[in-house]
Amino acid sequence: MASVEEKLGTLNFKNDHQSHIAIPDPKICLTQCKDKPCTKVCPAKVYDWVESQKKIVIGYENCIECGAARMICPFNNIKWEPPRGGFGVSYKYG
Amino acid sequence: MAEEKFDAIIVGAGPAGVSAAIVLAKAGINAVVLERGEYPGAKNVQGGILYTKMLDEIIPEFWKGTDPAPLERYITEQKIMLLSKDSAIHIGYKSDKWKGEPHNCYSIVRVHFDRWYAKKAESLGAQIYTGVTVRSLIKQNGKICGVKTSEGDELLADVVIACDGVNSILAQSAGLIDEWRPEEVALAVKETLELEKEKIEERFCLDGNEGTTFEMFGKITEGMLGYGFLYTNKETLSLGVGCKVSHFQKTGITPYDLLENMKQHPILKPLIRGTKTVEYSGHLIPEGGYNSMPPLYADGFLVAGDAAQMVNPSHREGSNLAMTAGKLAAETVVEAKNKGDFSSRALSSYQKKLRQSFIMPDLFDHKDLEEEIESRPELLTDLPEIVSQAAYEYFNVDGRSKREVQSAILKRVFRHRAVRNLIKSELTFKNVMGLFKGAVKGAFKFKSLAKGN
Repeated sequence: MASVEEKLGTLNFKNDHQSHIAIPDPKICLTQCKDKPCTKVCPAKVYDWVESQKKIVIGYENCIECGAARMICPFNNIKWEPPRGGFGVSYKYG
Repeated sequence: MAEEKFDAIIVGAGPAGVSAAIVLAKAGINAVVLERGEYPGAKNVQGGILYTKMLDEIIPEFWKGTDPAPLERYITEQKIMLLSKDSAIHIGYKSDKWKGEPHNCYSIVRVHFDRWYAKKAESLGAQIYTGVTVRSLIKQNGKICGVKTSEGDELLADVVIACDGVNSILAQSAGLIDEWRPEEVALAVKETLELEKEKIEERFCLDGNEGTTFEMFGKITEGMLGYGFLYTNKETLSLGVGCKVSHFQKTGITPYDLLENMKQHPILKPLIRGTKTVEYSGHLIPEGGYNSMPPLYADGFLVAGDAAQMVNPSHREGSNLAMTAGKLAAETVVEAKNKGDFSSRALSSYQKKLRQSFIMPDLFDHKDLEEEIESRPELLTDLPEIVSQAAYEYFNVDGRSKREVQSAILKRVFRHRAVRNLIKSELTFKNVMGLFKGAVKGAFKFKSLAKGN
């Protein structure tokens, strides 16, 4: 069974040095958000809860830019905008 | 390119944007398309089935000539499968009629198609800048008069056409929409699977360049509202599944596991045997339809395609709606240019044009479909299994008389809690009255039709 990492390995990315995704208030993830739907709904597993750091770590380099993150956070705590021009994923088939 | 002034700025080089660009270029309007991808199509994903009619109206006979569109296969067979955990019920239609030109629809590799379509537009005189992300609109006295890019450049125009897709930053910037709700969009993931041409043709019983499509309902979506699909391309298969974002949110099922489980389904497994995954992709599909559409025009502003929720998911149509909408938006701009009036009043004829086309009637007629299904969760959870079990018993010979078998099937179906719930939910006063009203209306209609003849 192919993992999501293997799936993402089929893609071309041109990564910007700055992230196009932000979590404005990391405290909310720790204290209020139990389910953390972002860690499950994101098709590229960009959002990962790291227990040792007690926060969501954002792997923006893997973002396939579907935009689901814009609406899945129950606390509206994900700020997602498209990467700057020319950066991000480039599909070959689409 | 700071402070350049155009007649029109089109944001997004997808089907809506490029269609608009072609119409404007033909009319000699000074327009530019801004695309955030490295090349047109870089950010785009489609199943993808492309319907012929709407593109034919923009590029006549696009499938032939010296520079034909990069089409994969013309579709001659469409199948629907209802899957339970280990079985499938097939319904399908195959026709020789679809062998003749113009074909009804084609499978496409979306990126190849978008690159061709954009080049075609350029050859007709359109200007397309790639690698440009638009961040916001420039407004003056309430009128939209340009865009600002992520690099801070400002481009001015009499009108901006937002064809920037499902994550429409522009429709938001114009104040026409808030964020979509998770109920209004579906999330689809897909894999492009490589397989030799001959094997595809043999496996799917295809003659030459014929193609087939599968839409798959039932077990594979784990009770979520959505469906899987399998389309044949020339040397690849497109296999994907999409469900409502709100359902992913609720169930906590990850999209890639859903896709991976689908690939392991005993009915599907042999169809994709020996393939190699050459690409994984994911995209949102606006499925709110008519009820979720934003206002389609403002002073100096028009919205088309996914940005305006122009998708008919029950018929897997979207790119064709986008093309027609892009064309109609451009025609509206041409009229506005001739009048020298880009106010919302002048641009409102866009909405009229959409109403006269197939777009608004189709979206209107399907506006409550998803809600209706969602209000009957049994359709997604229990029904595929019940129907499949009934089919199994019907076709299985086990020594009982047919009479016995049939009555056992009926008994089990109608005694099932889910079926009872479904029947109960249909037997409301409102539905009975609706049926009665419909019958009376129908009778009158029939009478007046008869008179007319």
